[in-house]
Amino acid sequence: MEGCSRNGDICPQLLDLIPNGREWIVRRDGGSLGASEEKKLELRLGPPVEDWFIKENSKNNSRDRDESLLSFRCFSSMASRIHNSNNNTSGAKRGFLDTVETKGGEETWLINSNGNQNHKLSSSDKLAGAVFSSPWCSGTLNSPSSSAYQMKTQQQQQPNPSFLQCLSIPQTLPVIAKESSQPCSNKVGDLQNPEKKTCCTASANTAVPNSSQKRTAPAPVVGWPPIRSFRKNLASSSSSKPAPELQSVVPTEAASGKSESCGKGLFVKINMDGVPIGRKVDLKAYNSYEKLSSAVDELFRGLLAAQRDSSAAGNQNKKEEVTGITGLLDGSGEYTLVYEDNEGDRMLAGDVPWHMFVSTVKRLRLLKSSELPALRLGSNKQEKASVDSVK
Amino acid sequence: MAYSFPEEVLEHVFSFIHSDKDRNAVSLVCKSWYEIERWCRREIFVGNCYAVSPRIAVRRFPEVRSVSLKGKPHFADFNLVPEGWGGYVYPWISVMAEAYPWLEELRLKRMVVTDETLELISRSFKNFRVLVLSSCDGFTTDGLAAIAANCMNLRELDLRESEVDDLSGHWLSHFPEPCTSLVSLSIACLGSEVSFSALERLVGRCTNLKTLRLNRAMPLDKLPNLLRRAPQLVDLGTGAYSAELRPEVYSKLAGAFAGCKELKSLSGFWDVVPAYLPALYSVCSGLTSLNLSYSIIQSPDLIKLVSQCQNLQRLWVLDHIEDSGLHALAASCKDLQELRVFPSDPNHPFDMEPNVTLTEQGLVSVSEGCPKLHSVLYFCRRMSNAALFTIARNCPKMTRFRLCIIEPREPDYLTRQPFDAGFGAIVEHCKDLRRLSLSGLLTDRVFEYIGTHAKKLEMLSVAFAGDSDLGLHYVLSGCKSLRKLEIRDCPFGDKALLANAAKLETMRSLWMSSCSVSFGACKLLGQKMPRLNVEVMDERGPPDSRPDNSPVETLYVYRTVSGPRFDMPDFVWTMDEDSALRLS
Repeated sequence: MEGCSRNGDICPQLLDLIPNGREWIVRRDGGSLGASEEKKLELRLGPPVEDWFIKENSKNNSRDRDESLLSFRCFSSMASRIHNSNNNTSGAKRGFLDTVETKGGEETWLINSNGNQNHKLSSSDKLAGAVFSSPWCSGTLNSPSSSAYQMKTQQQQQPNPSFLQCLSIPQTLPVIAKESSQPCSNKVGDLQNPEKKTCCTASANTAVPNSSQKRTAPAPVVGWPPIRSFRKNLASSSSSKPAPELQSVVPTEAASGKSESCGKGLFVKINMDGVPIGRKVDLKAYNSYEKLSSAVDELFRGLLAAQRDSSAAGNQNKKEEVTGITGLLDGSGEYTLVYEDNEGDRMLAGDVPWHMFVSTVKRLRLLKSSELPALRLGSNKQEKASVDSVK
Repeated sequence: MAYSFPEEVLEHVFSFIHSDKDRNAVSLVCKSWYEIERWCRREIFVGNCYAVSPRIAVRRFPEVRSVSLKGKPHFADFNLVPEGWGGYVYPWISVMAEAYPWLEELRLKRMVVTDETLELISRSFKNFRVLVLSSCDGFTTDGLAAIAANCMNLRELDLRESEVDDLSGHWLSHFPEPCTSLVSLSIACLGSEVSFSALERLVGRCTNLKTLRLNRAMPLDKLPNLLRRAPQLVDLGTGAYSAELRPEVYSKLAGAFAGCKELKSLSGFWDVVPAYLPALYSVCSGLTSLNLSYSIIQSPDLIKLVSQCQNLQRLWVLDHIEDSGLHALAASCKDLQELRVFPSDPNHPFDMEPNVTLTEQGLVSVSEGCPKLHSVLYFCRRMSNAALFTIARNCPKMTRFRLCIIEPREPDYLTRQPFDAGFGAIVEHCKDLRRLSLSGLLTDRVFEYIGTHAKKLEMLSVAFAGDSDLGLHYVLSGCKSLRKLEIRDCPFGDKALLANAAKLETMRSLWMSSCSVSFGACKLLGQKMPRLNVEVMDERGPPDSRPDNSPVETLYVYRTVSGPRFDMPDFVWTMDEDSALRLS
């Protein structure tokens, strides 16, 4: 950048975040930040980010959301200023507004995606009934942008069953992905790719009905509430009633925690064909294959849909209900659940009694059922060796 | 220069200066002081292992005896950082193996440690004494066996909350018979039962053992044997605190506890059978720290126990203590400084009656009754601004205040208002506040209060809060002492981030996940700020497969003198001048 010094001092000539667009930093008393302070702190902003700002504020300005805004003078004054300048291009706003307006098609697209979004909101209201009525996206929300981010976060946080119906709203993804799409599934995974731990116990323990009313059971959110994994399941692994007097079984219970566990949950890794990043599930949270299967479904359903979405171009209106992942245990579904036991053998899940399964399983995999006959189930030492080397 | 002190004198003076801040200040006085100081610095703390490369660190400080390193961001504790993200300690160890043959202490937090690393540690440092692995992972008990076997002078082995692949309990037997140096052994996070006879002998011959924290697999009826061999213990972590109710087991236990006259700290207590709690009563009056956060003990039993601990300074407990238990705590424990109340059933459906009656009243009560209270972590289901006002006024010396109202965006239950005013009162009254975690319904206003008042705040955690970039701007522009900011699920976007880019160089790190920061802004930040590593983490694939205005899943920014790291997994990208080239 011109005039930038190299010695690390904040360059006073760094250009504005938004040319002349400092109004958003209006203080409560109406004064702006000192000019020198602004110069010190701001960077030039390229067009794409301006578009984002516009998009964000156009959302803010839409109908019913204004009422829900805070009585926050600066914000609403800023918002209204933007709104006004949308209509009459004042000199102050001209810079980036022009940018938007000249890209006529894009502006249309902005409106479209907003429109679509709204459309999807209502349809998903019917479907899930839970978009704005879920507790953590509740009617007391006073920020339109944060509600939009609910959509976003739902998409990203997998164990979130009530939102999976509207997961199909990747916001801007489908339109732009036309030009430069790199389907995630191309980047294959080696199933041993880094995995993300999730608090899958949440999804198992809370039954989230699809048509939930306002403030019913909270949709499980990854990493919330913020407690460590070894603190979870205290209620389920010891009964919440006073412990019975005779409890000599404890040592063996604890000793059976063979996978990485801190004496509490039994977390095993689970990878799914076509999904580069695996997850972890806590087997102690379930007591049957069926429960595990449905938890796995919830866990991966959204992620799989997101993968498909990002590879499907131009598909913005066609977000059908995301289908569940079923038939994991009987071979009838698209995927089948297999596991590796403590001897490195690969087994079909469901063959042995649940407790025996839990005590021998080391990791889980969801394989495409179509590829099953080709795999040699049973002893697979080479596979095990490659698994271990990724540590 | 003829006027200056001889080096030896200066070195001697510097040897009384221990804090990093002071040492850093000394090193800035002049070149000769810089030189002298760097040769005599014996401990270094690296809060972000990627802020500096091991080579630079050992080059500047050649005679270090104690190293502390932290790796993954704090939110890794809550499963927000996928495995493989980074934080590998091996590169540090391999450099230090050459540079610091006399290294004595290693303290790691949230780092990936392998068995190979542990083995290298055990062979490279002849005088190795202290190994603390806090929330680390990546190693097995085989690595521990190497440490036990090879570190002849080991004083401290502390595995706090690490994730260990527990292959067997046999590793403990690798402590050789001549080893008598252990002062502290903490294995609470291990799953398997360790070899009891080996442990018994080890405890017996380590006469300086002060801290012994066992794991859940250690049966209660074996505890007295250990306690009798170590009556000098100051810090004990029991195993499972349950056994068949038999009088002889009880009396042995009570007798063993009575023999431990130095006990100040108790923890463990998995699976408590309440009938065995009175065995502890003899040590209660000496206790300063009590961790019951793994045990489901009902409030009446907790009250009986806690009422006897008049000298208690720290209590960690589950919400089973309920308001009634906290009232009792407030009445009995006037020296209480730290309280942590964890949720026993965090996913309990919101519309059902809660299992436990723990409300804001409990915390208010403790704030009233315990004048020294300064550190709070409190999970609850309801809160009010009025309660926060009261707490703020009662505890002006608060230094750490972390409140987690379990339901995101939950408002004040009395007024249905956001908690802006309540937290505002906290930051206004508690002028020494260093750490704050917010929860509940919050607008941008709370950030304005924080930016205005929280001048000593060093770490702020925010979730599901705020309305616009103004919120973030208030914090970044107002909080002078801010070092770590972690944000999730907030509507903060590009503006505040870019406008306050320079602030980020004064902080250790910034984490923003599920916010609205666009890829374009991340690129811009990375390009403009060469002394920051701007890392985008996205499980949906490369961020450039989406438009520039598309928000990234996670942004993690930290200052560094060592440039971008090269050990990133394929779901993390560094934004810098080259990023445009690299990503395409």
